[in-house]
Amino acid sequence: MRKMSKLRLGVCLTVVALLYFGAWYAEKSMGANLGQAGFMLVGAYVYAVFTIPLKKHAAVYQYYNGGIIQFELPLIVALLLAGIVAALLAALIGLPVLRLKSDYLAIATLGFAEIIRAVVQWDSLGPITNGSNLLKTYPTFNNTKIFGTTVLFPFIVSGVCIALILLIINSTYGRAFKAIRDDEVAAEAMGVNLFHHKELSFVISCFFAGIGGALLAMFQGTVQANSFKSAMTYDVLLMVVIGGMGSVSGSVIASFLYIACSEWWLRFLDNPLTIGSFNVPLLRSGFRMVVFSAVIMVVVLFFRRGIMGDKELWNIGMRRQKAGRRARK
Amino acid sequence: MFDRILPYLLAGVSVGGQYALIAVGYTMVYGILRLINFAHGDIFTAAGFFMVYLVASLPMQLAIPVVIILTVALGFILERVAYKPLRTAPRMSVMISAIGASYLMQNLMWYVTGGLAKQYPVLPWLSNIVQIGSASTKIVTIVTPILTVGLVIALVALIKHTKIGMAMRAVSHDFETSQLMGIRINNVISMTFIIGSALAAVGSMLYFTNFSTVTPTVGAMPGLKAFVAAVFGGIGSIPGAVIGAFLIGICESLIKAAGYTAFSDAFTFALLIVVLLFKPTGLFGEKAAEKV
Repeated sequence: MRKMSKLRLGVCLTVVALLYFGAWYAEKSMGANLGQAGFMLVGAYVYAVFTIPLKKHAAVYQYYNGGIIQFELPLIVALLLAGIVAALLAALIGLPVLRLKSDYLAIATLGFAEIIRAVVQWDSLGPITNGSNLLKTYPTFNNTKIFGTTVLFPFIVSGVCIALILLIINSTYGRAFKAIRDDEVAAEAMGVNLFHHKELSFVISCFFAGIGGALLAMFQGTVQANSFKSAMTYDVLLMVVIGGMGSVSGSVIASFLYIACSEWWLRFLDNPLTIGSFNVPLLRSGFRMVVFSAVIMVVVLFFRRGIMGDKELWNIGMRRQKAGRRARK
Repeated sequence: MFDRILPYLLAGVSVGGQYALIAVGYTMVYGILRLINFAHGDIFTAAGFFMVYLVASLPMQLAIPVVIILTVALGFILERVAYKPLRTAPRMSVMISAIGASYLMQNLMWYVTGGLAKQYPVLPWLSNIVQIGSASTKIVTIVTPILTVGLVIALVALIKHTKIGMAMRAVSHDFETSQLMGIRINNVISMTFIIGSALAAVGSMLYFTNFSTVTPTVGAMPGLKAFVAAVFGGIGSIPGAVIGAFLIGICESLIKAAGYTAFSDAFTFALLIVVLLFKPTGLFGEKAAEKV
């Protein structure tokens, strides 16, 4: 049972990572979007606010007289809404911010994430967001059943999202994103409208980030704005890089490994261990994370292309990629 | 009215000075490597922990220089281990490496300290209370801006008038050409990290005299704010970073004075975004021509 929940965590964060990846894929040439945690937060809150059962409102919003939202939405609708609200917000933010270049864009998106976090916790918005208090009692993975089992739901949602991302990547828009990533100036000369496509990729990526956030909320069972710090963006970023920056399947594999490693396989490092009369040195609380981050550094430094590079799992059996693709910077 | 604002203004100038000392490290590294050194905030935190542990066994006069030396060594090692192997890699890889290094340092500090907040030792003299007008404050509040400005002037002189400074300017102008001209870029880059770390160490002493608990993630927010300050002033420009840091420190403090403490962080970022929209390269940033 315990394994199962780990697996689910893996799946959930897979989706998050993947969705980041959607962003990544299109935005690489523009610099990183470091605001992902903010859009995940929006998704998580939209989902939680609209699915808390009406009966529980009085208990959850105890400091705000039961809140002002006096209805609840079906789960799937709320999940979609989470993505849509995040996407709308992204469209709004994107209009001014996407005109900035590389590192300036990165820091501006990071700034917006921090602003979102502060605004959500604002006391005057309390009747909607519950201020800085927890949101809870909404449907989670543990009580969402499909075909009589709770296991399937995260898999199905992530499956659908992955499929959508693959479709986008292989569409005309996906190729335009790729062209921008490879060479912005050349793409513009070929008639790709830079701003339009950047905005679109930003919105798409934030849509998926919103859904990822909602899934994270479902996994955790409670949401609080304070946990959506930039460290969360960095986590997702590391997963994507470890998987290989141009590969969907790589991201999936990497996020499984990332979560399994940090939360499950390395657990034993946190507990003191005695073999015979020999006390294994160094093992105590916190050692797991040290080893884990050291492993990450090794991957980042020595396996720069990540697990999959820019290949997909289903391409491995094929002949080597064309020279042109390998020559890319 | 002025009496009511004065303490906040003083606090703002002081915090601004501390941000400035960190921001210089960011801006110098960015100027030369075009890298957002995410681990800089953790170097700042590490300097705090060095002090906590060293004071337990050394007298204060000795502990201060040793802290600076250790912090400098840490910055040097960071550059050699995490950034040097990636010299020819795409910029994105280096940024990821910086994030990874920051992650590693935070976890290492968590492991060593057991995750508990540590009390920063009281630095003699600096934490004495003085009276200015109607406000009473620690001496550190007054020392910080003076020390900051002094150090920055010395740094600017170093960059303008010494050989290593000239090398730094050359490298930041054109990495490859300066390499061809026989400048040992690895030495120059190491020097940048050494200076940045030393200033961060000084900054941490001043900062923790005001906010006296050290935790493994305490450096994240000041680090981020300092980076914002660097971008605000035009990243790559040292005077820009300092002015940006003072502005941000003062604004943040005034926001707190107006009673919106919860928004002080958000306001900093909002200010940054507004500035970037009107001046995309910051207040004093150079306008780079795009090469095709």
